[in-house]
Amino acid sequence: MVDLTAVDKIIEGYHGDKTAILAILQDIQAVYNYLPREAMMRVVEKLQVSTTQVSSLATFFHAFSLKPRGKNIVTVCMGTACHVRGAPRVLDEIERQMGVKNQETTPDGLFTVETVNCVGACALGPLVMVNGNYHGNIATSEVTEVLDQYRKPAGQA
Amino acid sequence: MEKATTPQALLQIIEKHEKARDPNAVRISVCGGTGCKASGAGPLIEAFRKEIADRKLDVEVISTGCHGFCERGPLVVLHPTGVFYQKVKIKDIPEILEKTLDKGELIPRLQYRDENRQVYVKEKEVPFYKDQERIVFAMNGHIDPTRLDHYLSMQGYRALATVLAKHKPEEIVEMVIKSGLRGRGGGGFPTGLKWKFTREAEGDKKYLICNADEGDPGAFMDRSVLEGNPHLVLEGMIIGAFAVGASEGYVYVRNEYPMAIEHLQLAITQARELGVLGQNILGTGFSFDVKINRGGGAFVCGEETALIASIEGRRGMPRTRPPFPAKKGLWGKPTDINNVETWANVPYIINRGVDWFTSIGTGDVSKSPFGGSKGTKIFSLVGKVNNTGLVEVPMGIPLRKIVFDIGGGIKGAKKGRTFKAVQTGGPSGGCIPDKYLDHPVDFDELSKLGSMMGSGGMIVMDDHTCMVEVARYFVDFLKEESCGKCTPCREGLRRMSEILNRMVRGQGRTEDLAVLEDLGAVMKDASLCQLGSTAANPVLSTLQYFRSEYENHIATGLCDGRQCIDLIRYHITDACTGCTICAKKCPTQAITGENKQLHVLDQSKCVRCGVCYDACNFNAISILSGTEIREKLGE
Repeated sequence: MVDLTAVDKIIEGYHGDKTAILAILQDIQAVYNYLPREAMMRVVEKLQVSTTQVSSLATFFHAFSLKPRGKNIVTVCMGTACHVRGAPRVLDEIERQMGVKNQETTPDGLFTVETVNCVGACALGPLVMVNGNYHGNIATSEVTEVLDQYRKPAGQA
Repeated sequence: MEKATTPQALLQIIEKHEKARDPNAVRISVCGGTGCKASGAGPLIEAFRKEIADRKLDVEVISTGCHGFCERGPLVVLHPTGVFYQKVKIKDIPEILEKTLDKGELIPRLQYRDENRQVYVKEKEVPFYKDQERIVFAMNGHIDPTRLDHYLSMQGYRALATVLAKHKPEEIVEMVIKSGLRGRGGGGFPTGLKWKFTREAEGDKKYLICNADEGDPGAFMDRSVLEGNPHLVLEGMIIGAFAVGASEGYVYVRNEYPMAIEHLQLAITQARELGVLGQNILGTGFSFDVKINRGGGAFVCGEETALIASIEGRRGMPRTRPPFPAKKGLWGKPTDINNVETWANVPYIINRGVDWFTSIGTGDVSKSPFGGSKGTKIFSLVGKVNNTGLVEVPMGIPLRKIVFDIGGGIKGAKKGRTFKAVQTGGPSGGCIPDKYLDHPVDFDELSKLGSMMGSGGMIVMDDHTCMVEVARYFVDFLKEESCGKCTPCREGLRRMSEILNRMVRGQGRTEDLAVLEDLGAVMKDASLCQLGSTAANPVLSTLQYFRSEYENHIATGLCDGRQCIDLIRYHITDACTGCTICAKKCPTQAITGENKQLHVLDQSKCVRCGVCYDACNFNAISILSGTEIREKLGE
């Protein structure tokens, strides 16, 4: 069972404003790292909106994930500037090292690999973001080094 | 901050802050924009402040907005001398304070050098900045975006005070029409006309929206303006609200821009305290307030009707226009939507006047705002160019000046890389080849070349860029981002994607090119919104200017840019000195060879990641494609 106290708090923060539904879902994802089904149902119930409306938003916008994600989120920027400077090769290398494809999570739950259209740091491409930290001008050969920083067991980080 | 209750009181507050600003004060500006923060500017600023406090110096350290030269970050400028240091690290701080600040000595290793090793002392002398004309960006680099007093000390909110003290809304609308200001978000529609339509539309309530859903990959000027000078955008919006008669405003900003959201939120709070936002602004009876909406990461939400749907809590899907939002927008009410950069131009037009604004740029807008392109435009100059970052230039500047003077030319030119094309206008823009490099850059001229201004992305491509692959990249991007509502866009992009993906694998067919052109024509004519009707541009413009590359992919499997991994082979030539670096770096151990002996690459193990090519210092790795593969490797 998913603990929904945080969801209730978020919805209260918007005073039941139905138009704030996108913001509410974003805040929920920020807490749980994804949109748990139970959380979405709670939004339906509390805001008195239809299930279709919530699910149509959750499936339309890229920002949302319906599956639990890993402890570390590795986001490869696939913007044009990063692309022409070799982002696809960087993504290939990350996928090869992790043994998972884009939008998948490693079996140990440590990493989820994702791509983003552009993070707006185009002068630093190719760029990889791990948990919101930017690693700019990254070469394929530097991928291991960057990922290793996040591989450390808890407590040593 | 004291509250201003009349326009005159606000002017007095502004004057007080202007006087308090000592232009000769010793200040250290550290760029705190996203680019520099990614390079470590955050801890650097803290360390500067601590070191200065420890030494009990009377020096202010300002964390400023983006200076634009992101690639060289973190950037530091010492005022009032203007000394410019780049790639500054924490360990450089004591030396900067002791040598440069105290004794006026320069530190060569921190100074900017161009490709010819020429050294530049001041920020404004650096070629990257020299040919720019910074209006919207003028304050970035001088003010701390979290400090309202900084904004006020540089004429901040003076335009608003003037407007509310002296002008009627109609006069402001007329002024903006006369200025020739056109939408910086892509469409290039005259801003003043949009205002006029919204003002004249019937409705008990009107809305105003700032479009900060900067979805074009490769463009980040809106982010930098919002992060670096949020009050400027707010001031533009408040003036706009007064002109069109709106009482509520929204800023729809990408969720990927956390710092922009944070700075804007703070600016909104400060503006309310100052009395320029909220109920009864400056005691004039005019009320306007602003809310922030975070986008959900959908490219199509940059389209105004899709954006409105998203604010209303629905899927971000466009609808047919007309009715335009100016008549029927948010919640069915008249709504004016302008882009971040457009809003940021408004206070300057009020402060400096229409004549000043129209003196910059191209054409004649005295009869119609469509007559030219006025003012400046911020471009994000990125890709295979030496100096990457944000550049603000007058409309009409030749492409060559941007790419070669400001941008410093092609990266790796010494290794033989040459200019191939510059892609403007985002995913729906086009690729412009070298024969048009002397063409002026403005709204109408770029359209004539089959591209567009878009939001100002400018991606430089060299001879190692495959134009078929570029087209495939944009088509795949747009295929993912198409909302799926109308058939030409949804199905057209899908078919184009299939064809192009086949082509980059070397399975193109002769009839493909005609099919691509047919699809493009239908999408252009029949799509519901701008996303669909311009989606074929990357394909059509590359077909127009780089048709031979498509033909080579189909005929002989030759990838001119040597980029399509199914069509290339890396090959070690006789120039190999046996330095072993490629063998060490190869992730799949495909390269073998003894020290000082010619190395050999096992094609069956090679994943064509290109690490060996980048690593080789002797130009001993060649990339084969087309018939060369059979000739050299016998495959």
